[in-house]
Order: sequence, then structure tokens, then C-alpha cells
Amino acid sequence: MPIPKLTKLRKAVFNPTMRRGIISIVGILAVWELGRRLHVPFFGAVPAPSEVVGAAGDIIGDRKFWTHGMTSFTRVLVGFLAAQFIGIPLGLAMAMNRFTNQLIFPPLEILRPIPPLAWVPTAIIFWPTTELSIAFVIFLGAFFTVVLNVLRGARSIDERHVRAAASFGSRRSDLFWKIVLPATLPSIFTGMTVGMGITWEVVVAAEMIAGKSGLGYFTWASYVGGNYPQIIIGMISIGIAGYLSSGFIRLLGKLATPWQRRI
Amino acid sequence: MLAAVDVSATRQQPSEPAAQRKQVGGFILALFRLRHELASSAPYVGLLGVGGLLLLWYLLTEFFDIPRFNKLPGPVAVWTEFTSPKPTFGISIYTPDYYKHILWSVWRVTQAFFWATLLGVPLGLFMGWKKTFRDYAFPIVEIVRPIPVLAWVPLAILIFSGIASREAPIVFLAFLAAFFATALNTLLGVESIDEVYFRAARCLGSKPRHIFWRIVLPGALPFIFTGLQIGVGVAWFSLVAAEMVSGEYGLGFLIWDSYVLSQFQVIIIAMVTLGVIGYAFSAIIRIIGRLLMRWTA
Amino acid sequence: MPPLASSSPTTDTIAYCARGAISIRNVTKIYDPDGVNVLAVENCSVEIAPGEFCVVVGPSGCGKTTLLNAIAGFHDITAGEILLDGRVICTATHTAEPGADRIVVFQNGALFPWSTILNNVAYGPIVQGKSRAREARRLAESLLGELGLAEIGGRYPNELSSGMRRRAEIARALINDPNVLLLDEPFRAMDALTKGVAQEFLLRAYDRVRKTVFFITHDLEEALFLADRVLVMTTRPGRIKQVLNVDFERPRSFRVRASRRYLELKAEVFEAVREEAIKAFEAGERELT
Repeated sequence: MPIPKLTKLRKAVFNPTMRRGIISIVGILAVWELGRRLHVPFFGAVPAPSEVVGAAGDIIGDRKFWTHGMTSFTRVLVGFLAAQFIGIPLGLAMAMNRFTNQLIFPPLEILRPIPPLAWVPTAIIFWPTTELSIAFVIFLGAFFTVVLNVLRGARSIDERHVRAAASFGSRRSDLFWKIVLPATLPSIFTGMTVGMGITWEVVVAAEMIAGKSGLGYFTWASYVGGNYPQIIIGMISIGIAGYLSSGFIRLLGKLATPWQRRI
Repeated sequence: MLAAVDVSATRQQPSEPAAQRKQVGGFILALFRLRHELASSAPYVGLLGVGGLLLLWYLLTEFFDIPRFNKLPGPVAVWTEFTSPKPTFGISIYTPDYYKHILWSVWRVTQAFFWATLLGVPLGLFMGWKKTFRDYAFPIVEIVRPIPVLAWVPLAILIFSGIASREAPIVFLAFLAAFFATALNTLLGVESIDEVYFRAARCLGSKPRHIFWRIVLPGALPFIFTGLQIGVGVAWFSLVAAEMVSGEYGLGFLIWDSYVLSQFQVIIIAMVTLGVIGYAFSAIIRIIGRLLMRWTA
Repeated sequence: MPPLASSSPTTDTIAYCARGAISIRNVTKIYDPDGVNVLAVENCSVEIAPGEFCVVVGPSGCGKTTLLNAIAGFHDITAGEILLDGRVICTATHTAEPGADRIVVFQNGALFPWSTILNNVAYGPIVQGKSRAREARRLAESLLGELGLAEIGGRYPNELSSGMRRRAEIARALINDPNVLLLDEPFRAMDALTKGVAQEFLLRAYDRVRKTVFFITHDLEEALFLADRVLVMTTRPGRIKQVLNVDFERPRSFRVRASRRYLELKAEVFEAVREEAIKAFEAGERELT
């Protein structure tokens, strides 16, 4: 039936919330542009939207920009996946086995407050290449979040589900694959989404500090080179890339946990 | 006369043993708990884990001469340096410089955290309370938020290039990171308040300001404190990075500077110090939260 | 004294002498969640006298909570009108703000978890500006004492059992001297024994203040024990199917539940409700919020 669909669509697009959002974004852009033109102190130093759009036009065609993007993205992917592949099994092992938990949790809690970027020099000294050191720091950033979220998810499993399964005569492996793992899956994906955000933070910082390529480096180099509108472009690109990555993970999460759908 | 004395005597007797029994009972319970704690494996295995970590570190870096690991400083070297009155590289618990760096970082984080709380919590409360305000403010926040805080470094330097102080960009970055955490968690906190409390408050004749101060604020408090803890954590995260890029003092600067000058033991000292102080900040906030929110006991 | 603006002479006299007369006239309510119209209540009418203890029973989803919410002012209605003491409080176009003249006691309890019981009870007088904080707390303390809740004043709701909490919530409502007390299945989540004690508590409180009570439940025994009149609602769309007069004397003792008259009434009300309950069960009705 075409008519109800149209009403629903129209409701979704033209509702007051949407309108207000658009008004405020346009408003901020206008204020920003004006602030620049009027040389307002502090924020007047920021290149105006018009300048940014102009620079964007130039940069979109530039191959090097996209290479930077790919480099950052690859680093994110590698570090992130490493954190998942090591972190998730470790978290699950800690959740299933009391001894492992008591053994590993304290040293983990001691290392966790150290900001990942504080590891950069140590990583550079240790790893043979800059790439590996950056990947290591990224891995650290996401790793702790992953483990913590897995633990939290496993701990919040309703005891009754486990008991019900046990009363059906499940073996230990069944309990793990059919109860613990699916029940922890939502938390795993939450950990992934948060971890993805942290990963991008760390990548950008690492690239600024010690990198010679990537979007973080691009942004920093634009500053050093005096091409200020490009700074904004760098920032926006990183933001978009981060948002898309997190969104992708969220989508994967929804697909993997269909029972969480609310009707 | 005699009867009265007898009666009062018997009335005294039951109460004393009963009171004593209560005291003894409490003591036995405490002993039982202590014995249970000592008998449980948790603290010992934990110590084993931490000890194992230190041992691994020692073995890999100082005991065995493994190629890449031997470049890193080991626990013995770090500890000697840390505790020596005349350290080779000028940083130990005896040197004032150590504390100077700590204070610089702590002062910056405190400032950033202060502003983030002052601006972030009211913003979150308003966004949660008034839908109209949220409709206007939320899109802006959500668009700026995905940009990693450290991507702001060049822009922050530009913005504050007018003032001579180099502190402003660093504090600004830490502020930004904490701000998003506090604002968002506060918003979540307000949204987490069950609708039924608002209805009850309206029934009882509340005016809007009562709803704000007596329902919205206390109701969101648990989430606010979660946000503050997360905020202080990310503030440290961003501060360290900012100090490494462009600072003159502070623990982040110390780490980078020591790396450049090949003073590797100092790197480890600074890292551990960062961990300890970061943890202390979180713990303080957690404790304050627990004091303010006695009802969540 | 609210201005009188009614049409029927009977309501005039009643409203002038006492407070708490509710008139529900031809009330219809249509919900529209997700674009699907749900007819919750259809052409429902009833007149409730001041000081009457009125209990509405019916299967889940029959619209009893809808009626209560409309009286309380939480949402509007699609057609008809609701009057309180001759004053129009709910029509299709206008709903009066919820206020202390008609206070609700909620199903799962709505004591503010971040305040002590004393501060919860003192809340109403303070925010209405009727008393200063210290005065209000004194009033709260004395009311709690009268209701036998003196020891729990300094505790937080989380520390108390559900029975205690519900009683404290009733105290919180009564301190404001409302015209009407609205209770939305307040004892639903309690076990039978606690429920009995809580019901007797409510009856004692009712005997003291004789306010109009609008009480919703699905528990027929509870309804007969508490009510002056029991209104049986049909399944969705809800309408008043039958009205039973419960003529036990007040103050009521728990022994009334074993009397012959009670059993007769029970048989009557069971007949009326059972049919609706079966219909609701077959239809798989989910409860409306």
C-alpha cells in the first residue's frame, strides 16, 4: 500500500526534530563563516566553511590524500583485528575459568590506566619498524576495552539461563558455544564499537607523533605547511572514517544478534 | 522486699547473656569472614599474576639477553634509578623535577576536568530534560564527536595562537575529550530516569524547577558519575598525547623527552606514574560518587 | 473551592457538599502507536460519588489504566469528558495538568529512590509551597507515625520491602489531602500474605480520611474486599459491563472474606469477568502502557 508508506516517510523527514537539527547546523555554519569574516578573536583563526569547501574541491582529486586515508585505515584494521583476536578469547577464558580471571585481571588492571600513547616510545624502541610500533599502540588501545566489555557481558549473563541449560544435560562445551557466547555477543559488539573509536583516536595521535603518512600525519603536515583549510579537511575525513567504521561494526552487531531487535 | 529484689535480679539476667551473645556472635561472624577471605584463592592468585608480570618483564629484558627486549629497561634498572638520591638522568623520587612534572600534568587535567564538568553536565541535563533544546544541540554534538580529539591538535594551536601561553591548547584538548564524555553520559542519565518518577512528581504538584532540581538531577547522578570517571580517563589520555606533541613540562612531555634523549628508565618511571595517578583520579571520583549517592548502596 | 460548571442537578448538590466526585461521560480513547489505531475505551460512562471507594476490574489490556491516566491528566481522550467536582478536567481538546487534587499511586511504586521516606512524604507540601521544609518534615513524621510507619522515615526505598514501600507511597499521597486517590494495581507484585496486610492498611487509611478512591485491579477478591462499588469492564474496547454494590460495613475486617455474602458476590463477579477474561486470553492482548 503506497499511501501509508509515504506518510511514514514524510513523518520521518519533515518532523520538527529534523527541522530543528537542520536549522542548528546551518546556524552554526553561518556563525562560523561570519566569525571568520569579522576576525573574531580565537575562533576567527579557524578557516571558514567557504575556504574549507574550496580546499576540499582541490583535495578530492589528489591521489596522495586517498593514499593517506588507506594507510590510516589499514593501520586501524590491523590493530583493531589484533585486539579482537587476542582480546575476545582472553576475555571469554577469563569469564569461564575462575583461576584465569584471578590470575590475569590484577596485572591487566595495573596496566590499563597507562594511556596507550605513553607506550609509543617503548614501542618504537622495541619494534623494528614504525608500522609495527604504531600497530602495537593501537592494539593496546582497543585491547583493554575489548577484554573489559567481554567480562562485563559474561558477568551479566542471567544465572538462570546457565542453570536451565545445565538441567537439560548440556556438556561444558555446549554451555560455552550455545549459552555463554551468544549471551556475551551484544557486549562483545559494544566493546568493538567503543574499541573502534579508541583505535581511531590512537591512530591519529600516533601518526602525528611518529608517523610519516596517514590522515593524522596529513592533518599535522597541513598545519606545519601553512595550508590551514586542509587541517579542517583532515579532521572531517578522520571523523567520517571513524563514524563509518563504528557504524559498520554496529550494523554487524545487529546482524549477529537478531534477537535484540525491538518490535 | 525480697521478692522485689528477686524479680529484678531475674529480669537482669536474661539481658546480659543476650547482649554478650550478640557481641560474641558479631565477632565470630567477622572472624569467619576473615578466614574465608584468606582461604579463598583470589588474593593469592592475583599476587601471583602481578608477580608473574614483573618476573616476565625482568626475565625478558635483563636476565636473558633477547635481541629486541634487551634494548628496553628492566625492572631492576628502573627501580634503582627511581629510588636513587642522585639519579643519572635527574628523575627519581628524590628530585623536585619529578614532582614538578607530575604537578604540571595534574594541574592541566584538573583544569580540563573542571571546565568539562561545569559545561558538560548542565548541557547534558538540559538536553535530557527539554526535547526542544536537545533537537537543536544534539546534532552539533554528534557531528563534532566522531572527530578524534587529537585531530584537533593543529586547530587548537591555531585557535589559541593569539595568546602567549602554550598551556591553552593542551588544556583545551583534554577538556574536549572529557566534555563529550560528561555531556553524553549525563544525557543518557536523564534519559534513563523512569517516566513514572516524572508522573509522580507532576501529580504531587511540582513546578518545572522542582522537576529539574529534585528529579532530573538526582536521577541522573549515577550516570553523571560514570561520565565523570570516563571523562577523567579520556582527559588523561588526551593530555598525554598533547604533551608529547607540544609541551614543556608534564609527564607526557617527560616520556617523549626521555625517549629523544635515550633516557629509557625515565620513560618507564613516567609511564608507571601516569598509571598510578590516573587510577587515583578515577578512584577519588568513584568515592565521591559513593558518598553523594548513598541510596545506591 | 473550584468554580462549579456542571449540567446535572445531582452533581451540583453533591459537589457543593463534599469533594471528590468524578464524572466519566461517554469517554472514548483511541491510541495510535505506529500508525495502527487501537480503540482502548469506547463510550465509557460512570458517576462516582465523593468519598466512594470505587474499584475497576477487568482483564489485562481492557483499558482500565487508560481511564485512570485520563483522570490523572497524563493523556487526553478522543471523545467525551471527565469532570471532577463539576470542573472539566479532560476532554478531546483539553487536559488539565496533573495535580495534587488527584494523586496516583503507581503499580511498581514511584517513591523517589534518591530520597529518604521522610523526604518523599514531605515532597508534596514542599513543592506546592504549602509549608517550609522543616514544617513539612514534621507533618510527614507525624503522618508516618499515625500510619504505623514511624521507624522507616530515615530509610531509603531500596532498603525496604515492597509492602513498606507501597504504604509509604500511600502516605506520600495522603499528606496532600487530595480530592481523589488513584491507585493503579498497587499491590499487584506482592505475594498474597503481604497483599492482605497492605489492603488492610489501605482500608484503615481510607476510614480515617474518607477520600474518593479510584482503584484498579485484576484481583477480584481484592476488589470485593476493598470496594463500595465494583465496576466490571469488558475486554478491549473497554466499556463498563456491570456494576456491583458491595454493602459490607466499614470498618471492614479480614473475616468478611469468609462470609456468605462475600461468596455470593464473588460468584456474581466471577461470572461477569470470566467471559471477558477468556476473550482477552484468546486475543492475546498485550497490555497498554
